[in-house]
Amino acid sequence: MAISPDVVGQKGGKAFLNFRRVICYTVLTLICIISLFPFFVLIINMTRSNSDIQKGFALLPGKYLIDNFKTVLLNSEWKMINSLKNSFIIAACASLLSTYFSALTAYAIHVYEFRLKKFAFTFILVIMMIPAQVSALGFVNLIKRMDLFNSFIPLIIPSIAAPATFFFMKQYMESSLPLDIVEAARIDGSGEFRTFNSLIMPIMKPAIAVQMIFTFVSNWNNYFIPALILSDKNKKTLPIVIALIRSADYAKFDMGAVYMSIGISILPVALVYLFLSKFIIRGIAIGSVKG
Amino acid sequence: MSALPKKRKSISYAKWGYIFIIPFFVVFAIFNLIPLASTIYKSFFEEYLVMGYEQIGPTFIGLENYEAVFAAGSGLGKYFLNTLIIWILGFVPQIFLSLLFASWFTDLRLKLKCGVYKIIIYLPNIIMAAAMGMLFFTMFSTNGPINSIYMNITGAKSPYLFFDNMWAQRGIVSLINFLMWYGNTTIMLMAAINGIDTALFESAQIDGATPTKIFTKITLPLIRPILLYVLVTSLIGGIQMFDVPQILTADGESVNRTSMTVVMYLNKHLYSKNYGMAGAVSVILFFVAAILSILVFFMMKERDVKPRKTAKGVKK
Repeated sequence: MAISPDVVGQKGGKAFLNFRRVICYTVLTLICIISLFPFFVLIINMTRSNSDIQKGFALLPGKYLIDNFKTVLLNSEWKMINSLKNSFIIAACASLLSTYFSALTAYAIHVYEFRLKKFAFTFILVIMMIPAQVSALGFVNLIKRMDLFNSFIPLIIPSIAAPATFFFMKQYMESSLPLDIVEAARIDGSGEFRTFNSLIMPIMKPAIAVQMIFTFVSNWNNYFIPALILSDKNKKTLPIVIALIRSADYAKFDMGAVYMSIGISILPVALVYLFLSKFIIRGIAIGSVKG
Repeated sequence: MSALPKKRKSISYAKWGYIFIIPFFVVFAIFNLIPLASTIYKSFFEEYLVMGYEQIGPTFIGLENYEAVFAAGSGLGKYFLNTLIIWILGFVPQIFLSLLFASWFTDLRLKLKCGVYKIIIYLPNIIMAAAMGMLFFTMFSTNGPINSIYMNITGAKSPYLFFDNMWAQRGIVSLINFLMWYGNTTIMLMAAINGIDTALFESAQIDGATPTKIFTKITLPLIRPILLYVLVTSLIGGIQMFDVPQILTADGESVNRTSMTVVMYLNKHLYSKNYGMAGAVSVILFFVAAILSILVFFMMKERDVKPRKTAKGVKK
């Protein structure tokens, strides 16, 4: 990139520009291939039998897709279908609660004037970055005392307090929720709670959708806390099952099944992402940093 | 109709503000503050299981857990260092590549068609870290694709044992972290660069500045606060590193625990119900995270002020 044209005139500039474009596209394509290579390996090996995979890597898919699928779903140790269901229930409930209450909290701080407003806002921003792991010990003890071991409640209810989601909602409101709307609703005699539910929530739809996806994905992928709370075979979530498969005996390893199980946990989320990607990427830009 | 201005303000809506933030703060208090307090409390007690069933304690022992954690043999220092090394190995290439990509994607003259690239580079971020770890474990295993490529190219007779080598193992963990986060960082930096007034770039171009010059003299200084923000948030993410190394390194035990991170160490104590030590490690981790969080907080406050200033300066 250090080549600088002597003349910044149109001709030299254009050739140089094309040259730069070629470099950019080459590097981008190369990095993208590296990023996609694991997924390629995954998809190919999902279709191959254990003995084929042991022989080495191949570029073409095999014929064992259905067999591997059956092996994984029917394995009584892993209970894949069950763990898919568990992960889905937790992730769906958590993302609903998290987005609704984060929007509500952000709305309170955005619209109302009250004495503790500034304190509340600062407090949430300060705690935003503190990882959940630091209070995991106390959390596990609390759940034990509440007798909620092997229950999904301790994995769902805490998502009501989601500082990062709150922050995103607040940012979004600042850019696209004029206070006049609230004022107008009041004149029309709408109650505050009703205004929020029937007027503000629809306006917030884009932000809510983005955050629902993010919260869903992060709960779907969460391993640390669920692994401490869920020990019952029927209550395990996907990441716990994945770890279980990993720690299984080498002799019992059926690589085709292993790849298949990884695929089952990855591909649904990846597909949803690909469908909504434009939307999601715009969302990251809004929420992360402004200017 | 020059009547008095309506005194709508006289109706106080403040109570609704309080009502609406109640759920958040109640849940936070129950599921975060109480656990945090009890974690700190537990850190002053001796409490553990012997042979997995015989409960010892809890007995108050003051700061003894902390002494044990800070003692030379505990390994906490080593695990902090491991975490730091793995984080640096992933972060340095990540920030470099993200800056490069962000500057390309936002270059006004290049006009790259970057839609598909943006989608692909962010893709690894939504993948379950545990699955990602698992996938790389199989890819780098003795009969995995990487080893068959390696043996084909070099003609080696036996596969390379990646998970028996300290640096190879750390490198793979860093590689996954890198792959998972460079897309996210690129998009954040792009948003930051897009926030810069385009007039600055245009006038620099007219003055004949090269792309490299524009990048180092205009873009970099203006996005410095966001770079710092990315650095600190990544560091906070780094100290939480758990899923990937846990799965890749057999719960951290492989190659002499040289890839065991702090949270993996904490998890070990939690899992074996060694609550006193787990408490002490948690409290130390809390302080590290709190210091970093406060740093981020001040950066965000600074950023809130900055854009307005520049906007005023270069008003069209």
